[in-house]
Amino acid sequence: MRTYLLRRCLYMLLILFGASILIFFLYSLTPGDYVDNNLNLSDQRKAELREIYGLNKPILERYVIWISNIFQGDFGYSLAQQRPVLDLFQDYIWNSFLLASAATFFTWFFAVIIGVLTAYKQYSLFDTLVMIGIFAAMSIPSFFIGLFLIKLFAVDLKLLPPGGMITTGSRAEGWEYIKDVLHHMILPVAVMVLLGVGSLTRYFRSNMLEVIRQDYVRTARAKGLKERTVLYRHALKNAMLPAITLIGFELPGLFGGSIIIEKIFNWPGIGQLYMSSFTVRDYPLLMGFTMFIAILTVLGTLLSDILYHASDPRVKL
Amino acid sequence: MQLSITTTVNKISKARSAPEASTSLFRQSIRQLRKNKLAVAGFVFILFMFLICFIGPLFSPYADGKINPAQMHQPPSAEHWLGTDLLGRDVLTRLLQAGRISLTVGLASMALSMTIGTLLGITSGYYRGFIDQLIMRIADLLFTIPSLPLLFIMGALMSEWKVPTDYRLYIVMIMLSLIGWPGVARLVRSQMLTLREREYMLAADVLGLRDRRKLFGHLLPNVFPLLIVIGTLSTGGAILSESVLSFFGLGVMPPTPTWGNMIDAANNVIDFEKRPWLWIPPGLAIFLTVIAINIFGDGLRDILDPKQNTSR
Repeated sequence: MRTYLLRRCLYMLLILFGASILIFFLYSLTPGDYVDNNLNLSDQRKAELREIYGLNKPILERYVIWISNIFQGDFGYSLAQQRPVLDLFQDYIWNSFLLASAATFFTWFFAVIIGVLTAYKQYSLFDTLVMIGIFAAMSIPSFFIGLFLIKLFAVDLKLLPPGGMITTGSRAEGWEYIKDVLHHMILPVAVMVLLGVGSLTRYFRSNMLEVIRQDYVRTARAKGLKERTVLYRHALKNAMLPAITLIGFELPGLFGGSIIIEKIFNWPGIGQLYMSSFTVRDYPLLMGFTMFIAILTVLGTLLSDILYHASDPRVKL
Repeated sequence: MQLSITTTVNKISKARSAPEASTSLFRQSIRQLRKNKLAVAGFVFILFMFLICFIGPLFSPYADGKINPAQMHQPPSAEHWLGTDLLGRDVLTRLLQAGRISLTVGLASMALSMTIGTLLGITSGYYRGFIDQLIMRIADLLFTIPSLPLLFIMGALMSEWKVPTDYRLYIVMIMLSLIGWPGVARLVRSQMLTLREREYMLAADVLGLRDRRKLFGHLLPNVFPLLIVIGTLSTGGAILSESVLSFFGLGVMPPTPTWGNMIDAANNVIDFEKRPWLWIPPGLAIFLTVIAINIFGDGLRDILDPKQNTSR
């Protein structure tokens, strides 16, 4: 196990190294940077700024500086916001996490329940309807459903706020503040659940179908246990086990925010920060963000691998 | 001499399989597919969408897309079923013309990523060793980098390099296939790893067939069912990705209409709140098309690739 882990970690570093090269050169190849796009600056001032930020150095040297800084935990300095990228991340990431964790919780909650029920009543009318619903959920363009729900619930029915995290100009504190944020969360969370629940429900349904056929489920029934006990205690536990590996894959989504949803709902998260930096071509932040997600993805994959081996003793290395 | 033997063998096998054509795998699959009503409905809808998008505008009096200031921002009426946009163009006609582009981009980028993915997957699965390592590590790399930022930066690159709007369409296809091929390559490779150990491959070795023939004559046909399935399903994904890119102004740009950049009207507050006929129809078009493709693709998977089946 230890040599396996060691090898995995080494490979992880190599992949991240490759990713950093690709990310850096893609962003640096794009002509036009933050200094260029700022029309208020004179040519002399532009040259000065380039000198300060090291933008006039050869590209390879800039890469080496960038990557060695990342190794020291410094993701660069945002030119548009005049703050270290990591500081900015810390400001925005918890808003993203709030949204994503709520969405993930409800996605899993609904997926497990619906998955179990459809597996139990396979080929029933309910099962067929759910299957169609699953396909629908997997086919929705995320930005469109966001816009559509805003139009419906915020503009036409005026039930929910159209976007943002708190009511503009609101100075509410304590309980009122929490209520305000929750109110603003309903729509984006609903959209995220809608987008994610389809594939996860399918996953639980097929796992459950597999488990229900097992001998120990028949034994449990033969013992005269109540059907609910059989389903939720004996079968579900084992059907959930493989899902442990999915936790790792949720990692980038949990902390990396969702660019589209946060943009549509104007949610002050890390994805929204990315989009607003994109329009001004704030490259240090864009590169930092992309690298950050890449690191989360790699860590998530490693985590799933470890959980997979830890959760199922039948899997040998 | 060797060559003549193989051709004879080939002839014999062809002669043998000919009479059984009525029960060929293809026909069996079609018959099975017809029992799946949902999949048939999906297929019919896809066909309908293609026909209406490619033929529909021919019958429209507004197909020239002429700007008509007298007809600006008309709500849906008998003359303009889905109203008109800010330049007085007929929304329904534009919707169908956009469908041509969106469907073409979806299909073309799917075909491109399938071709790249299949070629690389076959090569790495068959030859193993260094070339396999190289290809799979590049695929890992592309999996690690989040695809949306990657697509966005490529879209921005395209804007900064001032790619003419007519050509952006083709670049978008290439961009999407760059993101799409690693998944295909992985699936094909894993199939190859089991296929290459089969007896018929041993026979192919004994016959002394050239690699090219082994790969394309014997291995490729055996991954074909899988390819049809992932090809269908990834077309839906490609249509969705294109719409996201175009919606954010980084994909295909106006005046070329696509479903994605038509929804861009929703970024204007007045259009968003007061003129839903501008942006809801293209969104529904994407949704319905992709849902039909997914249902049809899933029906295909039940028949062609039972092992991968997650639904039953």
